[in-house]
Amino acid sequence: MKRLQIWDHVILLSGVFFMVAPVVLAFITSTHDAVTIYRSGLQFGFGDQGLQAYEDVLFRAGGFTKEVNGLVMLKNSLILGLGFAIGKIVISMLAAYAIVYFRFPMATFCFWIIFSTLLLPLEVRILPSYEIVQQLGMVNTYQGLIVPLIASATGTFFFRQFFMSVPDELTEAARIDGAGPWKFFIDILVPLSKTMMAAIFIIMFVYGWNQYLWPTLITTDESFFTLVRGIKQILQVWVGAQIPDYDQIMAMAILAMLPPVIVVVIFQSWFVKGLVESDK
Amino acid sequence: MKKVQFQSRLIPYLLLLPQLGIVGVFFLWPAAEAVRSSFYLEDPFGFGSTFVGFDNFIDTVTSTDYGRVARFTGVFTFFVTALSLGIALLLAVKADKVLRGASSYKTLLMWVYAVAPPVAGLIGILLFDQHVGPIVDLVAMFGWEMQVGVSYSDTAIAMVVAAVWKQVPVNFIFFLSGLQGISKSVQEAASIDCRSGFRRFWTVTFPLLAPTGFFLLIINITYAFFDTFGIIDVILKTEPGNNPVTLVYKVYLDGFRGNDLGGSSAQSVILMALVFILTIIQFRLIERRVHYT
Repeated sequence: MKRLQIWDHVILLSGVFFMVAPVVLAFITSTHDAVTIYRSGLQFGFGDQGLQAYEDVLFRAGGFTKEVNGLVMLKNSLILGLGFAIGKIVISMLAAYAIVYFRFPMATFCFWIIFSTLLLPLEVRILPSYEIVQQLGMVNTYQGLIVPLIASATGTFFFRQFFMSVPDELTEAARIDGAGPWKFFIDILVPLSKTMMAAIFIIMFVYGWNQYLWPTLITTDESFFTLVRGIKQILQVWVGAQIPDYDQIMAMAILAMLPPVIVVVIFQSWFVKGLVESDK
Repeated sequence: MKKVQFQSRLIPYLLLLPQLGIVGVFFLWPAAEAVRSSFYLEDPFGFGSTFVGFDNFIDTVTSTDYGRVARFTGVFTFFVTALSLGIALLLAVKADKVLRGASSYKTLLMWVYAVAPPVAGLIGILLFDQHVGPIVDLVAMFGWEMQVGVSYSDTAIAMVVAAVWKQVPVNFIFFLSGLQGISKSVQEAASIDCRSGFRRFWTVTFPLLAPTGFFLLIINITYAFFDTFGIIDVILKTEPGNNPVTLVYKVYLDGFRGNDLGGSSAQSVILMALVFILTIIQFRLIERRVHYT
């Protein structure tokens, strides 16, 4: 029995190594200057540059971008992540409430319209989506960045499942006490959904923060770049460079992953619950 | 639907308005536009378009380039799905079994979920870089000169490794929660009847995990098709050249770089049909899963 357990740990530790080592290596290497990295490859011990690369990326414009520095991109990433998560939760809770708690003609029709969006990811209809956003004059705006991403019904589907599991007795009791639909929603349903809202908030924040293709198309003005969008700029500079700024490239990668990783690790139990339940 | 419901003429429509508005403008309209323009040939100088029926589809499907990309997408999807499911299942089974450090393992194995695909691609391309990449140095000791970005197959390998790295956590989370959902009494009964741990896994645990596995299979295929865009774009350093690309990447290339609106739309429509089929299968599986639990 004892011997078997050791092998289990060996397998798990190799798994952990596979997941963690690339990022640790990137972090350690980012503490060396670009020339050292260019000469002798990725580094396995800390260098004497410290966190200089992070300072450069965060506060100095003109590494990969001409006008904006990392702080502006960090701010834009936050706006995209928070705006997307909050917008999605509000809109999909309202829609799910209407679908589950109201009897009205066209209900089934609306249901299918909304859920048809689950069928087609944005990547498939990327060109016409871009053209429409362009026609509406929403290129290089936060609305153009966030609102089209909300069009998929994952959140609505999730809240619909949850509302269906809320016992009918609550609604009956509320109605006997004279609560209207609005009061019932605010005073009973929203408080009941708190854990679910938190879980879906985390998933959506990470999803919004990590968007790449859509921001690269919609934001051409540097002041709207997000950190993940900034990676596209790195690549364009990289191809032409003699000695690429490896240290700053790695600092940028670490910075772009840090906030969502922290959120997921801290709120791990909510996030796992949300992920597993939402896809059921 | 609920047995107890509210009656109102106006409120449900008001509640649905924001969602329906966004779906209408940013989903239905572009989807319809994609279908429409797949039947038209756009004038390259922007002077109108001509109806060409199924020509765009025929051109797309019969072009040798499309065949090559479709084949690569199939191979890529197979390896990404098989490897990330296999590794995740192994790790989940072990993480479910160990007594000490289970929660630390869990955290360390799932945090990569939060890493964006292009960031995964960026770290991947550094590890596989000609000048600085340790993996290139490592395989060079075995006489393999890896040239990511130059050699077709080497680039494909880097893409698969980065895509698997990014996908293992999701599968791990689902497998682990599936394993933890198997009741203790079933496991105890099995361990009395069957002493071999390996056989017990195949005959008892694995069949009980099958619904989760099928569900994840669809999720992984969808991932390999669509969500790997960022990984591929970064590993190619946005310059595909002769390197492998997937079908979704080709839709983007032909539409935005090649300005072939009709061809790109026809490819979109083909992909739509494919996702449609996958989603129908997924819904049926979800219904089955609900029956089981």
